[in-house]
Amino acid sequence: MTPLRFTLNGQVVELNDQDPSTPLLWVLRDRLGKTGTKFGCGIAMCGACTVHLDGVAVRSCSVEVGTIAGRHVRTIEGLAEAEGALHPLQEAWIEHDVAQCGYCQPGQLMQAAALLAKHPNPSDDDIDAAMSGNLCRCGTYVRIRAAIHSAAAKLAAKGGAA
Amino acid sequence: MAGGGLVLGVRFAYAGEETSAEAAKAAFKPNAYIRIGTDNQVWISAPNPDLGQGVKTSLPMITAEELCADWNRVVVEQAALDPAAYGWQGAGGSTSTPNNWMRMRRAGAVGRALLVSAAAKRWRVPASDCVAEQGIVKHAASGRSATFGELASDAAHQRMPDPESVPLKERSEFRLLGTRVGGVDNHAIVTGRLQYGIDQVVPGMVYATYVKGPSVAARVKKVDLDAIRRLPGVKDAFVIEGHGGELAAGVAIIASSTHEAFNAADNAAIVWDESDSPKDDWKAFVAQAEALGDKDGRVVGERGEPDDALGSSAHVLNASYSYPFIFHATMEPQNCTAWWHDGIMELWAPSQNPDSGAQEVAKMLGLPQHKVLVHLLRVGGGFGRRLRNDYMVEVAAIARRVNAPVKMTHTRESDLTHDFLRPGGFHHFKGSVNSKGFLEAWTHHFISFGYHGRPVSGGGLGADVFPGPLARNFRLTETLLPLGLRTGPWRAPGASAYAWAIQSFLHELSSAAGTDHVAFLLDILGEPRWLPPRNEDSLNTGRAAGVIKLAAEKAGWGKPLPPGRGMGIAFHFCHRGHAAEVAEVSVDASGMLTVHRVVAACDVGPIVNLSGAENQVQGAIVDGLSAMWLQELTFKDGHIEQSNFNDYGLLRIPQAPKIEVHFIQSDYPPTGLGEPAIPPVAPAVCNAIFAATGKRVRRFPIVSEGIKV
Repeated sequence: MTPLRFTLNGQVVELNDQDPSTPLLWVLRDRLGKTGTKFGCGIAMCGACTVHLDGVAVRSCSVEVGTIAGRHVRTIEGLAEAEGALHPLQEAWIEHDVAQCGYCQPGQLMQAAALLAKHPNPSDDDIDAAMSGNLCRCGTYVRIRAAIHSAAAKLAAKGGAA
Repeated sequence: MAGGGLVLGVRFAYAGEETSAEAAKAAFKPNAYIRIGTDNQVWISAPNPDLGQGVKTSLPMITAEELCADWNRVVVEQAALDPAAYGWQGAGGSTSTPNNWMRMRRAGAVGRALLVSAAAKRWRVPASDCVAEQGIVKHAASGRSATFGELASDAAHQRMPDPESVPLKERSEFRLLGTRVGGVDNHAIVTGRLQYGIDQVVPGMVYATYVKGPSVAARVKKVDLDAIRRLPGVKDAFVIEGHGGELAAGVAIIASSTHEAFNAADNAAIVWDESDSPKDDWKAFVAQAEALGDKDGRVVGERGEPDDALGSSAHVLNASYSYPFIFHATMEPQNCTAWWHDGIMELWAPSQNPDSGAQEVAKMLGLPQHKVLVHLLRVGGGFGRRLRNDYMVEVAAIARRVNAPVKMTHTRESDLTHDFLRPGGFHHFKGSVNSKGFLEAWTHHFISFGYHGRPVSGGGLGADVFPGPLARNFRLTETLLPLGLRTGPWRAPGASAYAWAIQSFLHELSSAAGTDHVAFLLDILGEPRWLPPRNEDSLNTGRAAGVIKLAAEKAGWGKPLPPGRGMGIAFHFCHRGHAAEVAEVSVDASGMLTVHRVVAACDVGPIVNLSGAENQVQGAIVDGLSAMWLQELTFKDGHIEQSNFNDYGLLRIPQAPKIEVHFIQSDYPPTGLGEPAIPPVAPAVCNAIFAATGKRVRRFPIVSEGIKV
């Protein structure tokens, strides 16, 4: 079996003997130690496992790892541009004290980052449409909306998308 | 810690226990609450698990306040499980704040006294002339100052003051409490570095799942374990018999990854013996409850002459309300990690009640208690689910047989179908108003569920619940339908469901009488006073009136609304918290509901962390809306009929309303806020739907009444 190669947060990953039908989620979590991407439902209904695949937000529980050869995966651990830095959304999440239990928030952040990359100044309706696949049982939706607006404003002031 | 700092531990008695100064001194225990390094770093322990209710931040804030520490130099540590040092280290019943308020204050005040005493001794001045402020002790007259770090080594050698009599700050002196402080784990959460239970990695660990039967008390009848062992990645599979308590019978599957364990569970052919399983059927319960509507049950409480009052009234209203069973749906599915080594069972447990879990594990394995070691973790949602510790005994039973650390994870389907459910309930009301349009008589038959004649967990209702203690003519009766399914506490147990029925029927009465509902509620409350047992844990009619008036005022109660909009208000008291909420809604021609905004007013005494407190209320409102609007778990033949978020919905962001939160920061001791803001939201919304449309919602979830998302 040829090794499976893809890029994870800018680094090339090469996996030997990887069953191609394994969901990307479990390769990230159990094989690569990237536990920031969460398991919530396994059927793409909760968004806790959201990562970027070539810049598009996807549910990693429902992406077979064999389909991502040569592609770019970004997880919450690689959302910020540099080690030690924070993405404007992460800063806004801290500033608005969004999290309660926090478990769904990596998925929320990855979904929001994909939204801002496409719509740097989203309306409430844009946010609702883009974020409706991400569940939060603690009910932090009000703060998620506020934090996305805040990050968008900060990005606009800097003059560009993340 | 840089060498030789202050290590301070003060033992306090459990809540409710007498604390003698002698006992407190004798039980000096290092590292219990505070450590201060000579490098000026301050560590404060967070004694209780944080499931999203914010206590890992708010409780250490209380200690930091009294210590006069600079919050920016404080590092919060999750305490080890040590009930002898910390009291009950659980999270439930909105008790973390009230139980720990004085303990955390005294711990900080003792630390401050030691630091001040060290400074006074060094400067040869009276301690009373020195003050601590933002991590520095100052002597104003001489202009001398020293940081906590500079004083830490000396402070460790000062005589311990009596924690019971150490001076505490006046509320007016608080600098940190009541401000907005971000969660101490926020950075780790937003960068994905925070390790929940499900993220634990222990070197050499194997991955497991535990397959339980389709009904309560199901046993494994037949399973081909060798066939399971041949599935990809599977290391072992074995049957666990179960013992009727927290440990249900099942098949443990040990694999090289969680996915392989799940895959093997999906493909395992297991035949279950369900001969002892209950055959509960939701539709049959509904039919039974409807048939009981006209009858009374066992009398729970009675006052005045309810039958005479109803009989002499020209306008008696009758109504029946019902709500289904629901699931806890913590975003982190149930899981636990355990390692059997050196005669010790070591667990990494995402539990709300870890000490109880440790006891269950010790009992199951026949181990002395000190051979069960539990690490407290931040938990991905609790809501009462994790007061039960089934996942702890399951993984311990598995790990006992595996020569490696084991992380056991349940699939979402397994989590949902083996939950300790919020029980459904049925309410039949009769009521009347007097000639002035205010409440005259109220009878209430509550049909709930029981085991052996006692209400199931989350299925009880007392006569002390509003308006019980205040209605002049009142009767509450109860009928319990025998239940086999397992139930448990679900955020504001009982209240989060029955308050809707009660507050809705009150609104039916005021609406029929043409009485303003705020005036109607205030009339029931009457003069400000404590209701029995007349202590700070009970309903205070003045505090209740205060939150009702504030919510109404902030929402603009009574102002003209655009066509199609309606406003509703509801109040509830539970878990020592008084909360009122006003909802403003509209329903379009297709039945689509929009909750435009919810205005909440709460009185839980002084607020510890304003950001965290507002977050709890905002979350409770969304959570309450989610339960009323969408959630329904049904069962037939003892089998749960839903499985995952495809057929069990939670509220999503488009339905989340704008929320305004107001607090009355009264001078009563601060109490918890995880629960009190949930019960009023559903009745406030349903009363608003009535105001907007004339339609009364009497069944949950409201999608089943034609109210669409």
